[in-house]
Amino acid sequence: MSKSTELPDERGHFGPYGGRYVPEILMAPLEELETAYTQAQRDPAFQAELKDLLANFAGRPTPLYEAKRLSANLGGARIFIKREDLLHTGAHKINNCLGQILLARRMGKRRIIAETGAGQHGVATATVCALFGLECVVYMGEEDMRRQRLNVFRMRLLGARVESVTSGSRTLKDAVSEAMRDWVSNISSTHYLLGSALGAHPYPMMVRDFHRCTGDEARGQILARTGRLPDTIFACVGGGSNAIGIFTAFIPDERVKLVGVEAGGRSLELGQHAARFAGGSPGVLQGAYSYLLQDDDGQVSLTHSVSAGLDYALIGPEHAWLHDQGRAEYVSASDADALQAAATLARTEGIIPALESSHAVAEALRRAPAANGEIFLINLSGRGDKDTDIYRENFPALDNPDAK
Amino acid sequence: MPSSERIAERFAACKAAGRPALVAYITAGDPSPGATEELALAMERGGADVLELGVPFSDPIADGPVIQRASDRALKAGARVARVLEIAAGIRKRSDIPIVLFSYLNPLLRYGFDKLCADARQAGVDGCLLTDLSVEEAGDTTETLRRHGLDTVFLAAPTSTERRLALVARHSTGFVYVVSRSGVTGEQDSVSGGVEELIASLRRHTALPLAVGFGISRREHVEAVGRYADGVVVGSAFMRLIERHGASPDLAARLEAFTRELSGQS
Repeated sequence: MSKSTELPDERGHFGPYGGRYVPEILMAPLEELETAYTQAQRDPAFQAELKDLLANFAGRPTPLYEAKRLSANLGGARIFIKREDLLHTGAHKINNCLGQILLARRMGKRRIIAETGAGQHGVATATVCALFGLECVVYMGEEDMRRQRLNVFRMRLLGARVESVTSGSRTLKDAVSEAMRDWVSNISSTHYLLGSALGAHPYPMMVRDFHRCTGDEARGQILARTGRLPDTIFACVGGGSNAIGIFTAFIPDERVKLVGVEAGGRSLELGQHAARFAGGSPGVLQGAYSYLLQDDDGQVSLTHSVSAGLDYALIGPEHAWLHDQGRAEYVSASDADALQAAATLARTEGIIPALESSHAVAEALRRAPAANGEIFLINLSGRGDKDTDIYRENFPALDNPDAK
Repeated sequence: MPSSERIAERFAACKAAGRPALVAYITAGDPSPGATEELALAMERGGADVLELGVPFSDPIADGPVIQRASDRALKAGARVARVLEIAAGIRKRSDIPIVLFSYLNPLLRYGFDKLCADARQAGVDGCLLTDLSVEEAGDTTETLRRHGLDTVFLAAPTSTERRLALVARHSTGFVYVVSRSGVTGEQDSVSGGVEELIASLRRHTALPLAVGFGISRREHVEAVGRYADGVVVGSAFMRLIERHGASPDLAARLEAFTRELSGQS
């Protein structure tokens, strides 16, 4: 694994963002986790085991695919797609889960807990727990369980217990709170396998490091194929793990534009979206200081996105820093744009993307016609099998093709 | 009286009387913002020595279901930060009980932390405990609180290492809130045994009063913990009573009677 970038500082800050905003009970366990992670990073045996699992269990490296028909149809950009959707379990989440499960084993933890929104992190966690025979409990909002029921079943088939969370908006944020409550109650036996570049230090750093293989691979692949770096990279941003995974290798390449795409939901009215940079302000939620969707009393707002994996009120702290520095640009794509982009990619390239990843595709599609000869790189973080029910709801004509 | 001395004097008075201080937590605004002042005064009549006034928050990660539901009800009833400060001011007009604002960080940050401290002090608040503010992140916050004459109460936990206990002790004024067990707030049948050892460790780092909370809900817990701690904190048991009898006209009387039972005062 390559060396981490310089940030965060030793206390987990990316500029003013990040840090450790948790009750005292969690401070020593976070210090213990940080120490274990730092030691593991320097341990060749740990790195070798992780590398082997990433290659032979998860399926790395993933292909870099040139979407020629899509590029030709749109005119303008030459579009490449990093196929994280081809990884085992169907999304990038497995990278981080393999890293953290090895760490949990080193720390002697026998029980793993996780939160999940779309269910992709839950499935990846259940998978690595099955692989190592560890107990697995996944917290999932009741609303997300309804809209991602296929993944709920997959987790159960893999031997995990899925706990329904009925507080708040019954989505990802509430699942994180419930997982944190479980963790403080079971610290000695349990590792909290957090699934995005969120939460208290060292999570945003550690999750980034476990995902940076995406960008490291893509950088080498695109250089080999085109002889140069891409002009613009697109990734969807919920907590921001797949985006930071592909961005990290390119951050020093100042000419490469980095574009994070948030969930624009139904509209940019508070409560109707999850675009933190379009309506949020700095605040603290679940361990980190970053851009947060909140009301003027500092209560966390409800969010909406057609994609459960982007439906979260806080953005990962490193993204807040990249935003303020102007190093990355953040835009949003609406529910409708994401659905349309999914259909376009399916019919043009034979790839059905996850709804989360469709947000990144949507922004690339929007910009491509005007991008004269530029190279676009889209991080396709997950595949769309899990979203079949939502696609069916939104494309009803396809269910009854003969109906007039 | 300068507000930051109310807490110290109350703990000293309890010590002189040979009993632990009863620190009573109430979520401001449950069942309604208009009700909290009377409920708090009823708790004082029943023998509460220090009042922890809880600011409701949408995502209370350190709280169990009872206080989560209390926060939800309070928010639905309109208990915004500004309203909580009005409640504190109302209590202060009628009582000299030390008041500690008990909050998650975000609502206070959003209010504007310096303005919050000025307004809280003006309202008669004596100190602040910020659940999700670690001592590592507390630098500016602690400074601002102290500049406004407010005590800074921090948490010590069973997981805290010796190094962390020293840090917590150094950042705290007024008292230290000692968490009895690893978990979220909520009632338990018995108080965790390890807390006595934690108190002994903490005493090596500070002369401040030490109050034990999490899982304390009965007179027998108060007596047991009172043998080694300077105070006990009761929260969820009060909020459960408020949840059960929120609509009842004798809620204040019930709360007073329960506080009397806990404090052992007749």
